[in-house]
Amino acid sequence: MLVLKDLVARVENEDGEGKEIIKGLSLEVPAGEVHAIMGPNGAGKSTLSYLLTGRDGYTPISGTAELNGENLFELDPEERAAKGVFLSFQYPLEIPGVPVMTFVRTAMNAQRKTRGEDEISAPEFLKKAREVAKLLKIDADMLKRPLNVGFSGGEKKRLEIFQMLMLEPKFLILDETDSGLDIDALRIVSDGVNALRSDERGMLVITHYQRLLDHIKPDRVHVLANGRIVASGGPELALRLEKEGYDGVLAEAAA
Amino acid sequence: MADDAKVKQGVDEATVAAARALESDKYDAGFETEIEQEFAPKGLSEDTVRFISDKKGEPEWLLEWRLAAYRKWLTMQEPTWAMVDYPTIDYQDAYYYAAPKGEAKYESLDDVPPEILETYKKLGIPLREAEVLLGVEGAAETAAEVRESDSPRIAVDAVFDSVSVATTFQKELKQAGVIFMSISEAVHEHPELVKKYLGSVVPQSDNFFATLNCAVFSDGTFVYIPPGVRCPMELSTYFRMNAKGTGQFERTLIIADKGSYVSYLEGCTAPMRDENQLHAAVVELVALEDAEIKYSTVQNWWPGDAEGKGGVYNFVTKRGDCRERGAKISWTQVETGSAVTWKYPSCILRGDDTVGEFYSIAVTNGKQQADTGTKMIHLGKNTKSRIISKGVSAGKSNQTYRGLVSVGAKAKGSRNFTQCDSLLIGQTCGAHTVPYIENKRADAQLEHEATTTKLSDDQLFYCRQRGLGEEAAVALLVNGFVRDVIQKLPMEFAVEAQKLLEVSLEGSVG
Repeated sequence: MLVLKDLVARVENEDGEGKEIIKGLSLEVPAGEVHAIMGPNGAGKSTLSYLLTGRDGYTPISGTAELNGENLFELDPEERAAKGVFLSFQYPLEIPGVPVMTFVRTAMNAQRKTRGEDEISAPEFLKKAREVAKLLKIDADMLKRPLNVGFSGGEKKRLEIFQMLMLEPKFLILDETDSGLDIDALRIVSDGVNALRSDERGMLVITHYQRLLDHIKPDRVHVLANGRIVASGGPELALRLEKEGYDGVLAEAAA
Repeated sequence: MADDAKVKQGVDEATVAAARALESDKYDAGFETEIEQEFAPKGLSEDTVRFISDKKGEPEWLLEWRLAAYRKWLTMQEPTWAMVDYPTIDYQDAYYYAAPKGEAKYESLDDVPPEILETYKKLGIPLREAEVLLGVEGAAETAAEVRESDSPRIAVDAVFDSVSVATTFQKELKQAGVIFMSISEAVHEHPELVKKYLGSVVPQSDNFFATLNCAVFSDGTFVYIPPGVRCPMELSTYFRMNAKGTGQFERTLIIADKGSYVSYLEGCTAPMRDENQLHAAVVELVALEDAEIKYSTVQNWWPGDAEGKGGVYNFVTKRGDCRERGAKISWTQVETGSAVTWKYPSCILRGDDTVGEFYSIAVTNGKQQADTGTKMIHLGKNTKSRIISKGVSAGKSNQTYRGLVSVGAKAKGSRNFTQCDSLLIGQTCGAHTVPYIENKRADAQLEHEATTTKLSDDQLFYCRQRGLGEEAAVALLVNGFVRDVIQKLPMEFAVEAQKLLEVSLEGSVG
C-alpha cells in the first residue's frame, strides 16, 4: 500500500533554483487497487511520478511517502526499484547499443541482487521474455535492437509495458502511457497492464483522457490541481471530467 | 537466434560476475613478483646495445642493424606534436634489458620457476589451464579437431619481461606449418624470414620511439603463416612488465603468406609502481596476396594513481602492410590503461583491392592522457579502409583522436569511412578529434562522421529506475556506446574488455 501524507516538494533546475510544485498532497493507494490521477497541464502529475521514484532535482520538503510501511525518501532510485516501484515513463529514453533483452536482464538481475536473490537463468529468462512478447505482440527482432532507438512512440510505450511485465513490480506508476498510442496499441498495452492486476499490486495511472480508463478500469479517480488532490471519486468522476472538463470540478473544490 | 543469444548472454553474465569480483580490488594486476633479475648496465650506449645482442647470441647482421638504429636515434628528437604532457624522460636512468636468471628457455612448463607461473595465475592467464596442457601434451593432434572442439583455444606465448618463458600448442601449430615463437628464437631458426621482413614495415628511422626500439628491443613474438594456411587457433601473447625501472621494448613481427589467415590477440597488464615506466614497442604486420591478419589488443597497463602519479608511458608504433593484391589487415584495440598513450596502429594499402580496418575503444579516467588513432595510406587501386573510433573520457582525463586518411595518385577508386564518437562523463574531462585527410584522387570516396555526447542524467535515471546502481548504469551505457567495436573482438577478449571498461570507469560519477 502506498501512503502519501501532506507531501510538499520542489523541483530544482541545474542552478539549484527551486519551485514548489507539490503543495500538501495526501493519497492512499491500497494494494490490489488501481487509482487514476487526472488533472490539467502543470498540476504536478509528472512531478509526483519523479518524486516517488527519486529523480535528482525533485526534492521532498515535508510530509511522508511510504510503500508498505517503508519510507521511500530514504532509498536511492535503484533501491526503490528493487522494492518494486516501477515507472512507465511518459517519454522513454533511448539507450544506444544496448539491446532490449540485455537491458531488461541486466535490470532484473540488478534488482535480484539488491534483494539478495539469485540471478535468473538464461533459459528461464528467454522463456519468460517470449511469453511476454507474445502477449504484447512484440516481434522477437525488436527485442534484439537497442532499447527505444529508432522506435515509434507507440513501440516505446509497448516496451515500457514489456519491461514492467518482465520485472513484475509491486507498485506501478503509469505516466501518460496512452499518449502516442493508436486504438489497437492502446488495447494491447491495457491488456498487458491488466494482466498485472492482482491483490498484492497497487497502481497509479496518470492520464489526461478517459479512454485509457475504459481499458484499465480504476477503483478510484483523483483530480490533481495546483499540487494537491482537489477531488476524489469513483470511475464516474473520470466520465464527468471527460464531459465537462476540469472547470466544474475545480470550481466545486474551491467553493 | 538461440546460439547467438546464448553467447551474448554468456558475455553479460561473465561481465557482471567479473566486475563484482574486482570491486574490492581496483587494480588486480598491481603486485610484484620477487625473482632474481639479470640487468643490462643502467643507461643507454653502444655498450648497452652490444650487451643485449650478446646476451641473446645474435648474429653480426642484427647487431649492426641495432647499432645503426642506435646511431640514428642519437640524432633524433622526441616528438612533441601529440596532445600529451609528461615529465622529460631521462633515457640514461633506465635499464634496457632484464631476464630471469639462469636458463632463458624451458623444455616444459615444469621447468618454469613457480613464482613466474604464480604471476600469470594472478593475472588469470590460462597457461596452466587444462585445455592448454592438453595442447602441450599433444592431445589434440590435428587442426581439424581444434576447429571442431567447443571451447575456443588459444596458443599462448607468454613473455615475462623480456624473455619468452613458455610456449604452448607448439606441436599443433607445427603440423599446420605455422611458425610461432619468440623473435629471439626466430633470429636463430628462421634468419632468412626475419632478415627479409624485420624493419620492412616500420623502417629503422621511422620515429624516435620506434628507432629506440630497433636499437634495444629485448624480445617479442614472431609469427609466420605459410601460404594457404588458416591458422588453427587464435595466437596470443601476454606482455607484462615486472622488473623495476625496466623499459619494455617488445618487437612483434607477423607475416601472413599468400592466402593465409591469422588472428592474433595481445593482452597487457603491469604491476603497480611509483616511477613511470617507458614502453616503446614496435609491431609489424605483413599480409601478402589475399592474406588476412586480424590483430586485437586489450591494453590495461597501470595508469598511475588518482593524482596521476606513476603509470606507464605507452609509446607504440604499430603498422600493417597489405603488401600484395587482396590482402586485409584489421586492428582492434581496447585501451584502458597507461598514464600516457601515444599510439596509431596503421595500414599501408599497397596492393590493389586491399582492405584496412581500425576499430578502437579508448577509455581514460583519472588523469590519464591518450593521443591515439590510425593512419590509412591508400596506395593501390580499389583500396578500402574503415575507421571506427570510440573514445570515453571521465575524471580529469584528456583524449585525442588523431587520424590520417591518405589517398595516393594511383589509388583509383579508393574508399574510406571514418566514424569518431566521443563520450564524456562528468564536467572535467576532454575529448578532441583531429582528422587529417590527404587526397590526390577525384574519384576517391571519403566519409567522415564525428559525434560528441555527454552521458545524460536522463539516461542514468532511467537505468536506475529499472534497478541498476549508478556505476552499473554507467557501465551499461558505456558498453552500449562501444558495442560496435566490442563485437569485433574475439569472444574471450570481448569478456575481458567489458570487464576492463567497468573497472576503468569506477568512481567516474557522483
